[in-house]
Amino acid sequence: MKNLDFRWVAGLVGACVLLLGASYFIFMHAEREINRGLDIAGGVYVLLEAVDIDEEEAPHEALDRAITIIQHRVDELGVVEPLIQRQGDRRIRVELPGYEDEETARDVIGRTARLSFQGPDGEELLTGEHLDNASAQRNPRDNQPMVMLEFDPEGAELFEEATGRFLGEQITIMLDEEVLSAPVVQEVIPGGTARIDGIGDMDEAGYLATMLRSGALPVDLEEREFRMVGPTLGERTEEIGIWAAAIGLLAVLLFMIFYYRSLGVLAAVTLVFYLGLVLGILTWLNATLTLPGIAGLILSIGMAVDANVLIFERIKEGLKERKTMMASIESGFSNALSAILDANVTTLIAAIVLFAMTTGPVRGFAVTLFIGIICSLLTALIITRLMLRLGLRGKVLRTGPSVGVKVK
Amino acid sequence: MIIEHRKKAYIFSAILIGAAIISMVFNMIVSGTGTLGLNLGAQFTGGTLMQMNIDEDFEMTEVRGVLAEHGLEDATLQQVRNRDDEGNLIVEGVMVQTGILDEDTRSNVINSFRENWTIPDEEMMIESTGAAIGEEQTRNSLIAVFVALIGMVIYIAVRFEINFALATIAALIHDLLIVLGVFSILQLEVNLPFVAALLTIVGYSINDSIVIMDRIRENTKYKRKSEYPDAVNTSILQNLTRSINTSLTTLMVLAALMVGFYVFVGSFDLVVFVTAMIIGVVVGTYSSIFVASPLWLTLKEREFRLAAKAKAKAR
Repeated sequence: MKNLDFRWVAGLVGACVLLLGASYFIFMHAEREINRGLDIAGGVYVLLEAVDIDEEEAPHEALDRAITIIQHRVDELGVVEPLIQRQGDRRIRVELPGYEDEETARDVIGRTARLSFQGPDGEELLTGEHLDNASAQRNPRDNQPMVMLEFDPEGAELFEEATGRFLGEQITIMLDEEVLSAPVVQEVIPGGTARIDGIGDMDEAGYLATMLRSGALPVDLEEREFRMVGPTLGERTEEIGIWAAAIGLLAVLLFMIFYYRSLGVLAAVTLVFYLGLVLGILTWLNATLTLPGIAGLILSIGMAVDANVLIFERIKEGLKERKTMMASIESGFSNALSAILDANVTTLIAAIVLFAMTTGPVRGFAVTLFIGIICSLLTALIITRLMLRLGLRGKVLRTGPSVGVKVK
Repeated sequence: MIIEHRKKAYIFSAILIGAAIISMVFNMIVSGTGTLGLNLGAQFTGGTLMQMNIDEDFEMTEVRGVLAEHGLEDATLQQVRNRDDEGNLIVEGVMVQTGILDEDTRSNVINSFRENWTIPDEEMMIESTGAAIGEEQTRNSLIAVFVALIGMVIYIAVRFEINFALATIAALIHDLLIVLGVFSILQLEVNLPFVAALLTIVGYSINDSIVIMDRIRENTKYKRKSEYPDAVNTSILQNLTRSINTSLTTLMVLAALMVGFYVFVGSFDLVVFVTAMIIGVVVGTYSSIFVASPLWLTLKEREFRLAAKAKAKAR
């Protein structure tokens, strides 16, 4: 280990520490911040399709209104970062990450929730259209849960008239086909407020108020696709994915170090940084990490290694031709460049086509693949090169067994 | 050395491809569907998949009984296994696969399960895909593969020359057919991640071929045509370490994924993905050496012969 140029060696070590430290912070940051898809965070996903939609009558508008209503209902559930979007002309995609109550979610999303007040003869007196607000409260008198209803002016008038007409008789309050309550009218009620009594508990009252407030959907929606993953299952999946990634990465790093010696050590540092870079960009882009995404990420490690292998093999060739280390490194990069570029561009074409033409899990895979290729090009051609030059100046890299070459 | 034996490689590949095509055609005739003889999963054909982890002892016959109450005697059942804290394999629950069930039927089935056992919400998984959605996804995936192929051919033809593009694409089709063939022969279930795997194999196979083609392009520059066979041999040899190292590292990563997903019973979807990828990497490495490179030479020699003939005629 004589003849080392310690200033450059210090620079090299500094670069390694910097890259590994940056990677460590990115890993920690990504672990906290990255969006997890339903398959690893758990949650509910539904694809709804509008049926019997009137094509003449601006279908987008009806769907967009339905989306607003669903959005409103979902907000009431308290889901963090729900995704509700129109997909094509007649579909709505709803994703509720971290949500696990399948039945409630379905009710909230798909239910038409039509409120009506009916007279004793079944005549419809007033509907939810005239409802301004509904809220869950406790009755100050007996502390029982109830839902307070507030009508708009027209509704207030209708309600006053109805209570006048059916004084002493039963008025039925219905939600869809279900009888919510059937109170006997005690007095004429002016002022546009009414209440629904006889509700089990406050939770139920809150739920009912939500359904009433968010109103009816303007279109009939049918479920086309449904997916629910319990959070515990998702967590386990993520754990397995991370372990597989760690073991895979470790195996690859050890192989590189074993085979390419000092070149391999520099490559190992670059590869760790590569993984950090990809994760960092995914977090920054607010991309959602799914299981196929993790698979794509792990796979892209293989491609990043390939670029390094191509360069190193060319460097070794140069050394075997008895070129100097410096000349070998330069010719290694320039000779490997065309192969690396052509190979990556073709894979990039596949990733772009996948991204543009598919939805769901395959698309998530395409995103990580795309970012992976770009990052592998950048790290191989810039960072690896920088590291090799530092190693060269510091005389860490020299011809012979330290780079795994026997020169005859 | 490889070039001299190229006929043997061609015959070997022809046998593999033949077996793949025969299996695909045979299975297509037997099943009477146009599914390339593949065993398409619920994500393509439409269906419902429910995983319920049961917090107590249960028998599969009991599960079957509960399903029968809903007329689901034909459901496919699979035990879900996992490891407990001491690392022992335990039966954790059951995976039920049926034709497409609507919301209410699903709720009813789950409720009947809950009458018999405790099933925690957080350890449940439901997946339901309508048949129309499945068909749409199949179609979109196939179109995506096709478009990607065209894009790649154009790129290679522009960057190299047409013979390189032809040899590369031939090797690629060779790889895809063999992967599809293995899945058809073993009737392994195919799902959406499988499509992602096919596309990755497309990328990998072309990647492998291009790296060798790049060498051949370099080594045949300024060479006479009689020196071409030697140049191709040299290119393959120079590239051998790279081929082996890259395949090995990729296989290491895939093996880690396989162990993660399979042994610890994570996602069956991705076991299919990894299986397809492993076959693809092995076949892709083989074809870049034994199919793409010799085929380029065969195509080039044919081009020379045709040129010579045209010249002779002109005289």
